[in-house]
Order: sequence, then structure tokens, then C-alpha cells
Amino acid sequence: MAPILVVVEHADGVVKKVTLELLTLARSLGEPAAVWLGPGYGDAAASQLAEYGAGTAYVVDNSDMVDFVVAPKTEALAAVVKQASPAAILIASSAEGKEIAGRLAIKIESGVITDAVAIAPDLTATQSVFGGSTIVHSTVTHGIPIITVRPNSTAPEAAATALSRVDVEVPVSEGARGAKVTGRTAATKASRPELSEAAIVVSGGRGVGGPEGFGVIESLADSLGAAVGASRAATDAGWYPHQYQVGQTGKTVSPQLYVANGISGAIQHRAGMQTSKMIVVVNKDSEAPIFELADFGVVGDLFAVVPQLTDEVQKRKG
Amino acid sequence: MKIAVCVKQVPDTWAEKRLRPADSLLDRESAEGVLNELDEYAVEEALKIQEAHGGEVTIVSMGPERAVETIRKALSMGADAGIHIVDDALSGSDALATSAVLAGVLKDRGFDLIIFGSESTDARMSVVPAMVSERLGLPQLTFAQKVDVNGGTITIERQTDYGFDSVEASSPVVVSVVEKINEPRYPSFKGIMAAKKKPLETLSVADAGVAAGSVGTGAAWSVVADFAARPPKAAGTIVNDEGAGGVKIAEFLATNKII
Repeated sequence: MAPILVVVEHADGVVKKVTLELLTLARSLGEPAAVWLGPGYGDAAASQLAEYGAGTAYVVDNSDMVDFVVAPKTEALAAVVKQASPAAILIASSAEGKEIAGRLAIKIESGVITDAVAIAPDLTATQSVFGGSTIVHSTVTHGIPIITVRPNSTAPEAAATALSRVDVEVPVSEGARGAKVTGRTAATKASRPELSEAAIVVSGGRGVGGPEGFGVIESLADSLGAAVGASRAATDAGWYPHQYQVGQTGKTVSPQLYVANGISGAIQHRAGMQTSKMIVVVNKDSEAPIFELADFGVVGDLFAVVPQLTDEVQKRKG
Repeated sequence: MKIAVCVKQVPDTWAEKRLRPADSLLDRESAEGVLNELDEYAVEEALKIQEAHGGEVTIVSMGPERAVETIRKALSMGADAGIHIVDDALSGSDALATSAVLAGVLKDRGFDLIIFGSESTDARMSVVPAMVSERLGLPQLTFAQKVDVNGGTITIERQTDYGFDSVEASSPVVVSVVEKINEPRYPSFKGIMAAKKKPLETLSVADAGVAAGSVGTGAAWSVVADFAARPPKAAGTIVNDEGAGGVKIAEFLATNKII
């Protein structure tokens, strides 16, 4: 059976959750094989990949993968594709994942589908477009399907197997070494989960009233182990950093639980969170359109409701 | 410094968007067409670089007849000239075909900088800048929240999940920008009047050096099999806070085993 290649997202030698989701999904499509691009592959990664069913790990241990933007990863991935002859290639729908997918499509002359939320055994991809208002089924009709999959689309389930490592030597071309990474800057302490990957997201909007108002939002997020998000109104006003914006011009999230506080629910915002599995809303205005999306909503002052919720979560955690 | 800015006409950001039942393509007539919001930041960045370093800013757009409005909007902000690729054959083109046409138009014109918005608000794939970079073999400086030009050396801050990477390349380069980068200017009345007289080149697919048979719906390497409106969500429980709103949410979360 032709393998299903899964491009591994990793940091500090550890496989990210979205990759475990993709391996789980890949098992329903064929035999998963992982592709590790860059340094850092070791026992920790190997045991994670084996636990989630990867029979093979193609490893390109070459620092060019991380020292230059995207192009070397695409060349390496194209080389692995040539060697492995996969039935499909799955990549996480991160900003970089989609860029790799796009460039790979040109290199291996194959169609590409981005932002899938599900893939059927016949490789038909399901996409949720226009802010979740329309469900689309798409197929790749030329070459090897390249599909990027949104985080939180599949619940990761372990299914241990024996993993064999295959090292792939890729001479990176001079042309692919054009955009050199000269430094990396962490804007904030990474104590919270990544917004796009988080199982729970707690967001604040115009109703939060100012930067100091985000204190109650962060406290609730921390009690739930959640990521913090913000509406465009809040990021445009400079109340919260721009990279946390959820919406049409920001990040798209589909966590297990999304808690929207003081957010009215304009299309701009809904487009980024409408596919969340469960939505809880706190807003003073009972007419706010966000209530249409709510599984549970409280009409009230977020500065009363949210701290009370935080206390209650703490209490129940014991 | 010769700068190209690639822009796209999209349905108004605030409008409901839908697909046409007949051909599964975006219904572009049902909403007002506007300059893709993130492309406004690309135009602004080009104009700022031009103000600091001189040169010329050319707007490039592929799209139907009415996409010319979008080019005029960018010209009214202050860009110097426009190129409009318009051809019936282009309807239904996927990102691969779009990038091939753009690359064909951009390739021999001596641009030092080719700037994009980081995504369109309709398709939201975010792949065309990377694809154009791949096709032209140029360094990819995408998702920039800051761009610095120092002679032939271009440095950006590339937005990442953890913050940003500093990335450096020698021109010519392909850049895409995120909205954090600047505050786009509004066209002045004078700018709007001047835009009407600025040079606008109209090109066909053949002019771009691309075969008509390799673009459009028929040549797309991925197709929509079917689509449907998302089923309406069952109405949730909405309560008024009478002092125990937070506790009630906690109970709801506990019932659903979230906490």
C-alpha cells in the first residue's frame, strides 16, 4: 500500500499535537509515514511518532531546513516524495505549512487543497469556507494530492507500531538558500498553548474596554489551560497583541471550546471561530449576533461573570 | 527601486459570501468588489519604500473587467501605473494557474521588490506569494510585519506563532505583508483624480506567456465536488446573569466534561 506522508511539525525535538492528529487521520487513509525536516530528531520524537502509528520516519537532518525560509524544506520534501511514492501528502495548515504545500505543488506538478477539516478514504477533502458558512468537498485531480489540514480537525488517538528511520540526503540548491533567517525573537513567554492548536480558546473583544481588562480574560484562560484570543476591535485598539487576533484577517481556530467575552460577533470575527466545537458567550448586549452561535450564553457584565467562572473552575479543579 | 504590488479584487470583507450552484465558483456579483484588505497594506508599504528610496510602484492584478476598479483604487493611493490581466480563459483558475500568470507577467520587467498581501479574504489560501517565489526562483520574504530596505539588501520580520524571525535576502525578492505592518492611507481627492490619468496596461493570458489551455476551471488541478450551506446551529441556552452567571457556565462545562 502506498504510504500517506505526514510532514512533522516540531519544536525542540518534540512533535506537535497537530502532527499526532494528522497521523491519526492518515491511518484512516493508508499507512502513515512521517517526514522530519531539520535537526532535532531523536528518541523522544521517534517514540511519539511510533506511538501514533508512523511505520517510517524519513529524516532530513540538515540545518538549511530551518536556516532559510521554506524553500529548502520544499526541496527536501519533494525528494522524499520521489523516494516514497506516496498516495497523498498531509501538512498542517499553519502559515508555513501552506507555503510548503503551495511550492511543493509546483515542484511535483500536483493539485493542492488547503485548510481541510476532514479527509475521506477516497481522499475527498472537506473544507469549511467563508467563515464556516459553507461546507465544500474537493478533490485533487492531478498528481499526488497535497492536502493541508487544520489543527483540531481530528482527535489524536495512539496506535503504536514499529518505526524505522530512513535518512534522506538532500543537497539544497543555492537558489533555495536566498532568504536567510538571521534571528528568532519570542514576543511573549510561551506559557500558554499556541492559539491555532489550543483545545480551548478564551477571547476578549470591544467589551473588555482596554488593555488592563484583558487581565480577567487571561486569568480565565490560565484556569482552563487555554490560549488567549482577541477580536479585531481589541487588537486594532492596541489592547492586545496583533498575533492573537481571531477572525477573517487573523487566525482561524476550531478548538473544543471557544469562550467569547465582550465580542459582538461581526462576520470578521465569526469567520475565525465559527467552526469551534462548543461556543460559550458572555456579552452585555442580548442582541449581539454572537449569541446565535452560542451553545451556552450569559447576558451580563463580563467583569462579574468571567472572574466568577474562573473561581468556579479553580474550585472544581480542587 | 522598481516595485510591483500584486492585488486582488474580492467581495467586501463584511458581506456574506457564497458559491454559485452552476459552477461552484465564488459569486462575485452578489457583493460589492473591493481591494482585498491585506493588499492595501502591501500598497502602503510599497509607497512608503518609494518615498524613502525613490523609484516606481506598479499595481498588478488578474481578474475580470471590473477588477480595474481595484487597480484604480491602488493608483489613487499613489501608485504610478497599473497592469490588468483580463481574459475569459482565466475564470475558475486555481492558485497554481494564478501564480503562473502572475509570474509570467512579472518575470522580465526588472522589479526589485514584488509585494503581496499575505492572504485574500475570499479564498484565504495564503499560497500565491510562495508559489510566485517558487516559479521565479526568488527569495521568499513572506508574512512580513516589518520591511527594511538597505541598498540591495532587504530585511524583514517574518511573523511566527512564537513572535518573529528576522530574515534577510538580496533583491529581487518576493514579499508578503501582514496587517500589523502599517496603516494604509486613504486616497485623497487629488489622488482619485490623478489615478484616472495614470497608465494602465491590459494584458491577455497569451501576453503573460501562458497557454490559455493551462488556466481556468478546466485546467485546475483540484475541483469542488459539491458544496452546501452549513446546517444552522441548534439554538443554545441563553440566560441572564442574576449573580450566578459564572457558576452556570461552569456547570454547563462540567456537564459537557470540559472541566
